[in-house]
Amino acid sequence: MDALLQISLKLLVNDRGKFFTLIIGITFAVFLMMQMTSMFSGVMYRTAATIYNIGAKVWVMDPSIHIQSDNIPMPNYILDAVRSIKGVKYAAPLYSGSGLVKLSDGTYQATNIIGLDDPTLFGRPTITKGNIYSIYDDNAYIIIKDAEYHKLNNPKIGATFEVNDNRGVIVGIGKALVSGLFGTPTLYTTFSRAISDLPTTRFTISYILLEPKTLNDISNIKKEVKALGYIALTEKEFVDKNKNYYLYQTGLGTNVLIMTLISFIVGLSIAGQTFYTFVLENLEEFGALKAIGAKKSELIKMIFFQSTVVGFLGYGFGILLSSILIALAKLRLPEYAALVTYENLGISFFMVLVIILFSSYLGIRKVTQIDPFDIFRG
Amino acid sequence: MILQARNITKWFGEADNKTYAIKDVSLELNYGEMLYIVGPSGSGKTTLLSVMSGILRPNEGTVTIKDKEIWQLNDDALTEFRLYSIGFVFQDFHLFGKLTSKENVAIPLILQKQEWDYSLAEATKALEIVGLQNRVDLSPSKLSIGEQQRVAIARALITKPDLLIFDEPTASLDGETGKKIISFIRNTVLNDKRAIIVVTHDNRIYDYATRIIRMEDGKIVKETGALSEN
Ligand SMILES: Nc1ncnc2c1ncn2[C@@H]1O[C@H](COP(=O)(O)OP(=O)(O)OP(=O)(O)O)[C@@H](O)[C@H]1O
Ligand SMILES: [Mg+2]
Repeated sequence: MDALLQISLKLLVNDRGKFFTLIIGITFAVFLMMQMTSMFSGVMYRTAATIYNIGAKVWVMDPSIHIQSDNIPMPNYILDAVRSIKGVKYAAPLYSGSGLVKLSDGTYQATNIIGLDDPTLFGRPTITKGNIYSIYDDNAYIIIKDAEYHKLNNPKIGATFEVNDNRGVIVGIGKALVSGLFGTPTLYTTFSRAISDLPTTRFTISYILLEPKTLNDISNIKKEVKALGYIALTEKEFVDKNKNYYLYQTGLGTNVLIMTLISFIVGLSIAGQTFYTFVLENLEEFGALKAIGAKKSELIKMIFFQSTVVGFLGYGFGILLSSILIALAKLRLPEYAALVTYENLGISFFMVLVIILFSSYLGIRKVTQIDPFDIFRG
Repeated sequence: MILQARNITKWFGEADNKTYAIKDVSLELNYGEMLYIVGPSGSGKTTLLSVMSGILRPNEGTVTIKDKEIWQLNDDALTEFRLYSIGFVFQDFHLFGKLTSKENVAIPLILQKQEWDYSLAEATKALEIVGLQNRVDLSPSKLSIGEQQRVAIARALITKPDLLIFDEPTASLDGETGKKIISFIRNTVLNDKRAIIVVTHDNRIYDYATRIIRMEDGKIVKETGALSEN
């Protein structure tokens, strides 16, 4: 390492109190930022659970839909029209809605109900008990064994219940890739049974799931679906649309943003203040170095290096701490919704960069302003 | 001759607030000299010292050190000139308390882009010269004032400068220690390849000068050879 940087590192590290205050301050800020944004990402991931679980490449829907659980049915002719678009390999309708399940003990439980296209069962869950084809049996439902499973009294195969006054029987148990957020259990059945058992409007198709022949066909499909007055979104676009709704159209995003900003400001002030004090305490010595023969650029380099070191260490520890905490929380609470994404890592990293730049700016300004003549005059 | 200052004038402030710190001062310094600048407070000693050592730009006049007119140099070149040719010992030393003595002393060499190991080895040697071989790994804040003074001297000596600048070198020392330091400077640091300028109030050490100039009100009012020289 450059010997001058080595000196500047020693100056910093040997000032134990400030060095640790700086690192702890930044670590804590990064930790809080990561917690907030990871929680948000986790929650968002869960709200999009059905999108992930169905796993279609392209979704066709009414343009007014904001989030997956919005239900704005489309008329049947749209399905035919979509099927005839060039580049569509196949397309299947999906029913997505909710039903009221009456349990054997007489209590009610709101439940997600997903109706799969009868001939193809496109979007089917992974079955862990029973057989997917039993879904064609009379009154058949498949239940997802997730955190909400117990709310339907842990039904086994053969268990019966009522769905909106129709008889239902569990014929299989499946598992979901991603658990939902809203605390409701999920039942799968066929599209035709869903629309006959559950109250529906004149139109019945909630979504059209679509498999393009190649990924290049997607843009054409989008265009043609648009011409029909509907929109086609890729899975990622749909997930983003869902997320953006919570982010911008509800208080959730604003709150997370405010908390993240507060953590950032806390980190910024602790680090900025401590670093500034650190530079001030060494100011005369830096001034003496100027007299002796240190160029401005060298002093800037020293100070910038110091703030970068504490910034990166704080970032590393902050990420480590929040990852450990999330991992521990998930061990205890499997449904704990927090997700460390690259985006969140990037946001915290950016904020640490701002903290570094801000802190070193304060210090550098002081050091460049000091006049070695004043050092002489004492 | 190592240094020639010609017609130096320096003022602070403008118009109504203009105060002259130095008025048309000229001065020459030869190798092997240990020049004292003495005089009452506010007479311009520090200002003149700063102008001559490339720290403070004069309003008028020129300073030539080793045939280089230093106030013609740009900022970085002047900084580099100081780094290679001038050694500074400040009144309050200005050593980093969070570094060891040896690291403090090594800094000028490090600024000269020398390697870490070489710089530290040279610093150890310089500390030996000032008699602090047992203190190299201690922080200056753990040393006595006299020892700190010697660390500061080692830092000034490490680049083997032609010109050494001491501002009030004995001000914070007791009489005995002050005399020891100044005789060390005179006998060990001074040689015929360099010159030393000392600003001081301390008449107990006048004996060690080779020449003394007295300033009053921004002017040199008296010039004498030191008693020891006469
Ligand atoms: N930055 C400045 N702004 C205004 N006036 C200044 C400045 N620096 C010095 N002066 C003035 O210039 C004059 C000479 O100051 P200088 O510090 O050189 O005196 P000095 O002989 O070193 O005094 P001392 O023995 O107290 O150190 C004084 O009148 C002082 O007030
Ligand atoms: Mg002075």
